[in-house]
Amino acid sequence: MNKQPGTKGLIFNEPQLWDKSREGRCAISLPRADVEQAPMDPRFLGDAPDLPQLSELDVVRHYTRLSQWNFGVDSGMYPLGSCTMKYNPKTNEVQAARQGFAGAHPLVGDEFSQGALKLMYDLEQHLGEITGFPAVTLQPAAGAHGELTGMLMIHAYHAKKGKQRSKIIIPDTAHGTNPASASLCGYDSVNVKSGEKGILEPATVAALMDEDTAGIMITNPNTLGLFEENIKEICEIVHAKGGLVYGDGANMNAIMGVVKPGDLGIDVLHLNLHKTFSTPHGGGGPGSGPVGVVEGLIPFLPVPRIEKGLSTYKFVTDSPDTIGRMHTFYGHFGVMVKAYSYILSMGGEGLRKASQLAVLNANYIKESLRDVLNLAYDRPCMHECVFNDKLQKENHVTTMDMAKRLLDYGFHPPTVYFPLVVEAAFMVEPTETESKEDIDQFIDAVKAIAKEALENPEELKKAPLLTKVTRLDEVAAARKPCLRG
Amino acid sequence: MRYLPHTQEDIDQMLAKTGHSSLDELFTIIPDELKTKKTLDLPEALSEWDLDTHMESLASENIACKEYKCFIGAGSYDHYIPAIVPYLVSRSEFATAYTPYQPEVSQGTLQGIYEFQTMIAQLLGMDISTASHYDCGTALAECVLIALRKSKKANKIAVSSLVHPSHRQVVETYLRPSGFEIVEIPRTKEGLTDAAALEAMEGIAGVAIQSPNFFGNIEDLGAFKTIADAKKIVFITSFTESLAYGLLKNPGSFGADLVAGEGQSLGIAKAFGGPGLGLLAGNKKMMRNLPGRFIGRTKDANGDDGYVLTLATREQHIRREKASSNICSNNGLNAMTAAMYLATVGKIGIREIAQQNHDKAVYLKYALEKAGFESVSDSPFFNEFVLKAPKGFSSKRADLIRNQCVFAGIDLEPYYSDLKDHYLFCATEKVSKKDIDQLAKEVTNE
Amino acid sequence: MKEISDLTFSEDVKYTKDHEWAKLSDGIATIGLSDYAQDQLGEIVFVELPEVGDSFSKGDEFGSVESVKAVSEIYLPISGEVVEINEDLEDAPEQVNEDCYKGGWIIKIKPSDLSEMDALMDKAAYLDMLKG
Repeated sequence: MNKQPGTKGLIFNEPQLWDKSREGRCAISLPRADVEQAPMDPRFLGDAPDLPQLSELDVVRHYTRLSQWNFGVDSGMYPLGSCTMKYNPKTNEVQAARQGFAGAHPLVGDEFSQGALKLMYDLEQHLGEITGFPAVTLQPAAGAHGELTGMLMIHAYHAKKGKQRSKIIIPDTAHGTNPASASLCGYDSVNVKSGEKGILEPATVAALMDEDTAGIMITNPNTLGLFEENIKEICEIVHAKGGLVYGDGANMNAIMGVVKPGDLGIDVLHLNLHKTFSTPHGGGGPGSGPVGVVEGLIPFLPVPRIEKGLSTYKFVTDSPDTIGRMHTFYGHFGVMVKAYSYILSMGGEGLRKASQLAVLNANYIKESLRDVLNLAYDRPCMHECVFNDKLQKENHVTTMDMAKRLLDYGFHPPTVYFPLVVEAAFMVEPTETESKEDIDQFIDAVKAIAKEALENPEELKKAPLLTKVTRLDEVAAARKPCLRG
Repeated sequence: MRYLPHTQEDIDQMLAKTGHSSLDELFTIIPDELKTKKTLDLPEALSEWDLDTHMESLASENIACKEYKCFIGAGSYDHYIPAIVPYLVSRSEFATAYTPYQPEVSQGTLQGIYEFQTMIAQLLGMDISTASHYDCGTALAECVLIALRKSKKANKIAVSSLVHPSHRQVVETYLRPSGFEIVEIPRTKEGLTDAAALEAMEGIAGVAIQSPNFFGNIEDLGAFKTIADAKKIVFITSFTESLAYGLLKNPGSFGADLVAGEGQSLGIAKAFGGPGLGLLAGNKKMMRNLPGRFIGRTKDANGDDGYVLTLATREQHIRREKASSNICSNNGLNAMTAAMYLATVGKIGIREIAQQNHDKAVYLKYALEKAGFESVSDSPFFNEFVLKAPKGFSSKRADLIRNQCVFAGIDLEPYYSDLKDHYLFCATEKVSKKDIDQLAKEVTNE
Repeated sequence: MKEISDLTFSEDVKYTKDHEWAKLSDGIATIGLSDYAQDQLGEIVFVELPEVGDSFSKGDEFGSVESVKAVSEIYLPISGEVVEINEDLEDAPEQVNEDCYKGGWIIKIKPSDLSEMDALMDKAAYLDMLKG
């Protein structure tokens, strides 16, 4: 068996910034003051905020040490289901840092921003081609923001038709942002149960769909990693009663170049550039959530839109049925540059290959671990597969215990306890950028942990042992929240 | 392709394990009629070197690729970014990590954002700050929704007409399906929010005032607090220039209940408007109403200090349709950037830089008035102000951009139709006295 | 989570199907959560209480109980007006876990219709429901 990646090593304690502060230190080079100091009206003059005072090396050591306590995709395999933790190419960072992009002021005028406008326009076209939609907006700042955008458009569509509806059908496998986004538009969520196969059945949807239902929100492949085989029929059922279909495109990494969501009957779809399109997760953002729409929803897209003339591009805000603005400016341009660079680096064939290999990696893991962990649905999976702790229950070892023990082996745990339809879910999404050797090491680690669960569960439950801190008291953190120093 | 490690041998071995004879066979579960028949119509894949050439060419079509002098703000500010900030925030362990749901291997992000929450709370004089939002517009929309939901009777919110026009538009978009109404508070001739107009309003759940406002003028937040208290409504303030609070009295000292802000000035590149940094702070009693993520301090099983995401039960992944917001991502890496910037400037640096912003703006205003621009208000301002331009400025302004890469003011007429020939100017620590004198010379009315 | 046989069920209170209990005394009804409920919820971190003076009908949601990973609404067993709330729960929400029938009481109400008490279950009936 290969040596597992997780090992011991010396890292450093590092206090909070204000504990290192010393009166008089300053880490920034103060710009030369070349104009007279102007007084500020005493009604408004305040004291200097009591920020820490540090030297430059204080700051550099502080954050260098902090970074060493973190696990990133660059550290090791990060198989978080539904998050698509693929490799973040460094050339993308170089492109985004170009002075012409990073230094661009958003209000300098269309004439002087042609590079940005062209990039955004082309990115809209490419994303539209990949997903099968005639129009795309890049304005939403994250996936959940894209969902809200899509739901606002559905709401606006029904308002324009003269009859607003009150409900949205949402599968039990949906991500929490789905019902939350629907709620923000005033829609009640109607829960629809997935069938035995782990996918939606047309009959159950048909039973719920009526003229007071604005539509349905579907993730495909769904959060169990399964392709919604009945999606075309389901879209027809919803359309027949005047509803619209919202597609949550978080799992797009499984089907690029294989299936276009626009061909399935979906009316509006959001993408996560920080998942499928390789932009970094940044410890929680910034992301970007573009939204693609069918012809009938184009009038409702947020403004400004980008229009292409003969050889120039401009922003257009004149759009009478628009839902309005979702973001102060045009969305997360800095993130768009990275996704655009990725698409240009991969090409159409490359993106298709990426999806194929993502699905191969997930199926390989599924087959390799099917007797080690309980497979929630013994069916062909797409880019992720779901297990749970059923086989370990008799030893009182839980999904949480196994996840924490994986840390000691040098792997980031998969997504745990989601989706809710599987009790104690353990959802693995390797992505296409993991090599066979790394995946084999992961498989060996899970097998070793399953063995520990049988032979030495008490020890296992103490995990993690090699990390800087061990399991944290989340109850105390919630009872007596301490949110600042 | 260098991001795809699989050799043909790897693929063959793996397919043998899964029991498929080809990669295509992995997709047989998908009905044939749903599959796309053509390859994606995208440009041919570029090598890293051709990508560099292509992107350099695109970037060169933005005027920002040249050395420019920036006298515009309006929500996006040109500040110095110290070398250590991009250097540190580009560390893989920060940049390529996910949301810290496994706290044992995310203490770097968690302590970093906890420190961010602390410093933002200090900067704004508020009890607590969230772990950040997308931008000020969306953070303001969230604050407005909190106020409206808190009120059991009122379904209207008063928003100053001097809140950034784009922020007001975002709030409108968020409110449209709910039936809540926005009542705009008019402005005075002095370029300030009309307090008397607010005083006369009934049936409102809260009031939102931006200070410094869109015109750069500093609002009398104390007066608005008094009105808000008398009406027993939520007092929301907002801002677009974070560095203002290096010099000015903070919103907390005026008793703001909620504060929404833009943190782009804290070490974050302008990047054509995004990603920026939404800031949201509140007082203690608002804690459980605030949307988004919170990092809390706690201890681990061995009694060592550590940090975790906390109060998650407010969030969408638990509350689902009952969540107060649908927000999932924050702007994590930008929050880290802002924390690094605040740690770098510190108490001394932020005061000095804020002072210089003020000094340069005062000098710019003086220089432009001498050059023929007309003052429109005597209100105290911070790093931005409005002037009425002399005849012919509009074409001079376009020439200045095109020929000299000098961005001289933003035309206010598209935002306020009664303000023809009025321009919003900005001066930060980055413009020199020489730059200002040069600009004044160029625009002097002969 | 415990087996039903390991849980405690007070004789003095009457139960609802949503696992709340009500106890009538001198015309005031005290409301709380059963041992089964607190065991299911796990360690409680926060209790959201109504205000004194609020009125609710039988079955209305009057507050919520939060653990680290979940939130549960709590429903009023019988109609009435809130006359007292257990302010100790603000600093010590864990009382609901540790002493659910006494120190962990949640609110006290003045019932508007005493006959509604008849529809609640006694200990035996509640146990039957849990086992069934």
